[in-house]
Amino acid sequence: MSKVIKFLQGNEACVEGALMAGMRFYSGYPITPSTEIAELSSEKLPKVGGKFIQMEDEIAGIAAAIGASLTGKKAMTATSGPGFSLKQENIGYATIAEIPLVVVNVQRGGPSTGLPTSPGQGDVMQAKWGTHGDHPVICLTPDSVKETFDLTIRAFNLAEKYRTPVILLTDEITGHMREKIEIPDVSELEIYNRIVPEAGDDYKAYHVDDGDIVPKMAPFGGGFRYHVTGLMHDETGFPSNSTQNADVLIKRLMGKIEDNKEDIITYEAYETEDAEYLILSYGGTARTAKAAVKKLRAEGIKVGLFRLITVWPFPEEQVRALSEQVKDILVAELNFGQIKLEVERVVKGNANVRLCGKANGEILTPEELIKAFKEVL
Amino acid sequence: MSDQLELRLSGSGGQGLITAGIILAEAAIRDQKNAIQTQSYGPEARGGASKAEVIISNEAIDFPKVTIPNMTFALTQVAANKYISDVSKDGTVIVDDSIELPEGIVAKHIYKLPIIEAARNDVGKEIVANIIALGVIVELTKIVTKESLEAAIMARIPKGTETLNQMALQKGYELANQSK
Repeated sequence: MSKVIKFLQGNEACVEGALMAGMRFYSGYPITPSTEIAELSSEKLPKVGGKFIQMEDEIAGIAAAIGASLTGKKAMTATSGPGFSLKQENIGYATIAEIPLVVVNVQRGGPSTGLPTSPGQGDVMQAKWGTHGDHPVICLTPDSVKETFDLTIRAFNLAEKYRTPVILLTDEITGHMREKIEIPDVSELEIYNRIVPEAGDDYKAYHVDDGDIVPKMAPFGGGFRYHVTGLMHDETGFPSNSTQNADVLIKRLMGKIEDNKEDIITYEAYETEDAEYLILSYGGTARTAKAAVKKLRAEGIKVGLFRLITVWPFPEEQVRALSEQVKDILVAELNFGQIKLEVERVVKGNANVRLCGKANGEILTPEELIKAFKEVL
Repeated sequence: MSDQLELRLSGSGGQGLITAGIILAEAAIRDQKNAIQTQSYGPEARGGASKAEVIISNEAIDFPKVTIPNMTFALTQVAANKYISDVSKDGTVIVDDSIELPEGIVAKHIYKLPIIEAARNDVGKEIVANIIALGVIVELTKIVTKESLEAAIMARIPKGTETLNQMALQKGYELANQSK
């Protein structure tokens, strides 16, 4: 039970969390503002018997991580906006081939190479829809250094449990900010490892046994012969053009996330119990929102904060329930209203939904947010 | 919020002001306080204007950036022009003596001290200007205890540079005391 107090950047905390979760492989291509994740992984992985590879580009960065994960290692890659765009096809590949993986996107100002050293939150819809085709997504977003540590571990756990890539969507604010963090002993943490099959002749790589959520995953090259493809496939893993088969597979992929939303979705509801107004925010911007809520509460205004911790799947039920209680929802985000759209969809007109957003590389200040909030009073 | 201290250190990229900010925050944590450090810099690795911001508080710190700094510090003219003027009226401004103060700056205390010159001539290495700066800042403002500052410096610097950094820190204290 040894607790260690450190003063770390969010990016550093991400690596500490990944190592505790069991990461033993990192491949990527360094990009600001995520570079510290690659740098620290390169330093620390060899010391625990892991591997670090700097690949030739962003695409190879995620591809190698997918390969490593297939062989049984817990793998991670990290990037920022332009690199996240390049990784999209392989995110889809890992989704359909059901390969656990953690993809970190430390968001900066976009589009394109945009503002490399400044924060943004313009990739939340890309996290959901960036790769083509219908697919489920798990995406988590932290608001502090400690939560970056915690959510990195959770990202690995969810990736292993649901055999899917998990996107850890941080931003330059939490990625580069340094805060005090108490690192727990690994014995205090819940670590989930993928279920592997017992030795035998009848292994079907994509057959879900009764009582399991996902197929058991044999380490590729470890003795089990099976096929892995981005094409629609049957239980053996070999491609199949059968529409019937495709229907079963895509519904299973969607269902394994949809049916377990309660396990996956987490959020913070702060001062929402008696709230007449709501500010909804996430990531680094949620800190601005919390400061604003505290100031507004001090003025006697009944306002609460709903903070997304799981962005996808979206906490629809929780937000809808609050929309029946409050008059107005102000969404604070560093983009032009990506989550505001989702909130509007979910609340179905129950409450007025407004946006306080910008995308110029500056973070929202509590004063800006309070000013935008007070327009409703 | 009234017990919250907001500090901004600025200079040219490579002068070690971000390291200085980290050390100040770590010293505050050693003093059993909360601290948060943020930074902003351009895409270049050297040069440009860089700033490190530190917030020290007895309570949880929500908004991580400095709004009205209680202290601003600059080592270069470019940084001073950009980053020191919004200091609180009852705050403190500390700059290198090579700097011409921007017009209209209002603060309770303004200090111009030969930090870079002392690093170059008295300690012999310009690279320790950031440690001299820490000595100056802590001696003048008492924002962290000297014990915590020294422990935080020793924990951050490369092995083998202890004596050099100790000299620089003492030089900082000395410059501050001479200016009082």
